[in-house]
Amino acid sequence: MINKEKVKHIARLVKLSLTSKEEEKFQKELSSILDYIEQLKEVDTTNIAPASQFLGVVFDSKEQVLVRKDEIEKQDIEVVNKLLELAPETKKRSFKVKPIFSQNKKQNKLLWI
Amino acid sequence: MDLTRFTIEQAHKGLVEKDFSAVELCSAFLKKINDLDKKIKAFLTITSDLALFQARKVDEKISKGEHISLLAGVPCAIKDNILVKDIKCTAGSKILENYIAPYDATVIKWFKKEDMVILGKTNLDEFAMGASTENSGFFPTHNPHDLERVPGGSSGGSAAAVAANMCVYAFGSDTFGSIRQPASFCGVVGLKPSYGAVSRYGLIAMASSLDQIGPLTKNVSDAEVLFDVMRRKDPKDSTNAVLFKDIKQKIFKISDLKIGVPKEYFIKGIDKDVEKIIKNAIKKFEKAGAKIIEISLPHTKYAVASYYITAPCEISANLARYDGIKYGFSKSKASTLEKLYFQTRGQGFGDEVRRRIMIGAYALSVGYYDSYYLKAQKIKTLVKKDFDQAFEKVDIILAPVSPTPAFKIGEKIDDPLSMYLCDVFTGPANLAGACAISVPAGKIGNLPVGLQIIGKSFKEKVILEAGKAFESLS
Repeated sequence: MINKEKVKHIARLVKLSLTSKEEEKFQKELSSILDYIEQLKEVDTTNIAPASQFLGVVFDSKEQVLVRKDEIEKQDIEVVNKLLELAPETKKRSFKVKPIFSQNKKQNKLLWI
Repeated sequence: MDLTRFTIEQAHKGLVEKDFSAVELCSAFLKKINDLDKKIKAFLTITSDLALFQARKVDEKISKGEHISLLAGVPCAIKDNILVKDIKCTAGSKILENYIAPYDATVIKWFKKEDMVILGKTNLDEFAMGASTENSGFFPTHNPHDLERVPGGSSGGSAAAVAANMCVYAFGSDTFGSIRQPASFCGVVGLKPSYGAVSRYGLIAMASSLDQIGPLTKNVSDAEVLFDVMRRKDPKDSTNAVLFKDIKQKIFKISDLKIGVPKEYFIKGIDKDVEKIIKNAIKKFEKAGAKIIEISLPHTKYAVASYYITAPCEISANLARYDGIKYGFSKSKASTLEKLYFQTRGQGFGDEVRRRIMIGAYALSVGYYDSYYLKAQKIKTLVKKDFDQAFEKVDIILAPVSPTPAFKIGEKIDDPLSMYLCDVFTGPANLAGACAISVPAGKIGNLPVGLQIIGKSFKEKVILEAGKAFESLS
């Protein structure tokens, strides 16, 4: 069981605003999921290596480790324009970002702590 | 003649023999979608202009007497988490409601070279998270066999579109059962390729260590045709491997097959009629001369729990990119950057996505990594070992796809855990990186039930041959 404070804390970590009703709902649901996951503790995993995928290192046809050359690929200007068009706000072909601090100094407590 | 009932080969034959043109074929499907999709709701976007443009190109080739590929002019549908250039791609999420794909996914690029015809983009659970398509940020899809029931998920729109003859074939993606379970619920064929077999470039990422693109079709031969085009090497996906060393199989005979039946897949909780259909299917293989061997995959029961750590952890990282700055929904009136993040993500993501992001962040937070993510990755090793040991004794494994047939819309949506347990028989193959296919095996009333054939990683040809053999036995 996780408490409501914990739910609020996690939501802050992943930058999700939740209403207080949602906090309650997620507290219940996350608790039941985490309780279910607890059963993994039954499994003895001593000396078992963790795995993310089983392909291991990928080789090419000449048995060389397959790594891409670290170089800049020239991108079609049309694609670049399309990428910029997708942004809500741009300025001089750059993404425009909101101010990190508020004009109102009182509001500048750091939310993520 | 109803043109929409064709398989790929039948459609191709009709085009080459000039029984109908590609535009006529395409128009028949667009009409079908127009007639049926009001009720089924399989499509999020219908791309009539693109489809007719692509079809006209094929007709030009035919009229000039040029050779056309098997896929040329054959209309299909694409799950809406796979990018098609200049077409909206929502991943079933409000956060990407107006996102226009700036480029093609690699698989789409390859299929365009074969002169594919794209009818539209199909509905899915938001970011492919779910087993019923009810988690779509837009609307649920209905099962064509019973409109009150779900089509399964997350590739529910693709499965429903194939089942209702609104396309010849469709693309789906499978992270823990998302191709096979809807294929089973809708009575179509669904192939989940081995992890690494098909390029993931241009597939909107959910759980990157498990996601795979695969085909949904009317029969196993069609799945094979599509898989053969899909499984080329793509330098843009570092986990995409060329490991098909033994593509040339010796002549396939059912009587040479050693088939494993895992006892853990016939447990309490499986629907009695589903069990009967699957056991009957196994008997058909046995009668045809295959050797049936009972096997054990002891870690089966831990696969779901392990997945609900692995996937949320990867999801919380993969979905961090939806920040309201580069693309997608943006709460652009927010006064500061931090408020923009909170409001954009809080309002743009649906419940299941938010649940998984939070579980992931919790499991990855300080002090929990070893007991959650690391533990889950170790369980993954154990599940893989189960399969490795089984495949020392057998060539393929036969099992149910889902413990039940399609359930009612609304039945499980308020209980996330019961939805998660839908994947109990499909998920282990994903964890092991194996390939698996769902093939229609029977019906309970009007509800289809699929047989799952699981094969060793990169032994797609074996399960495809077994699937074709099963179709001929049915």
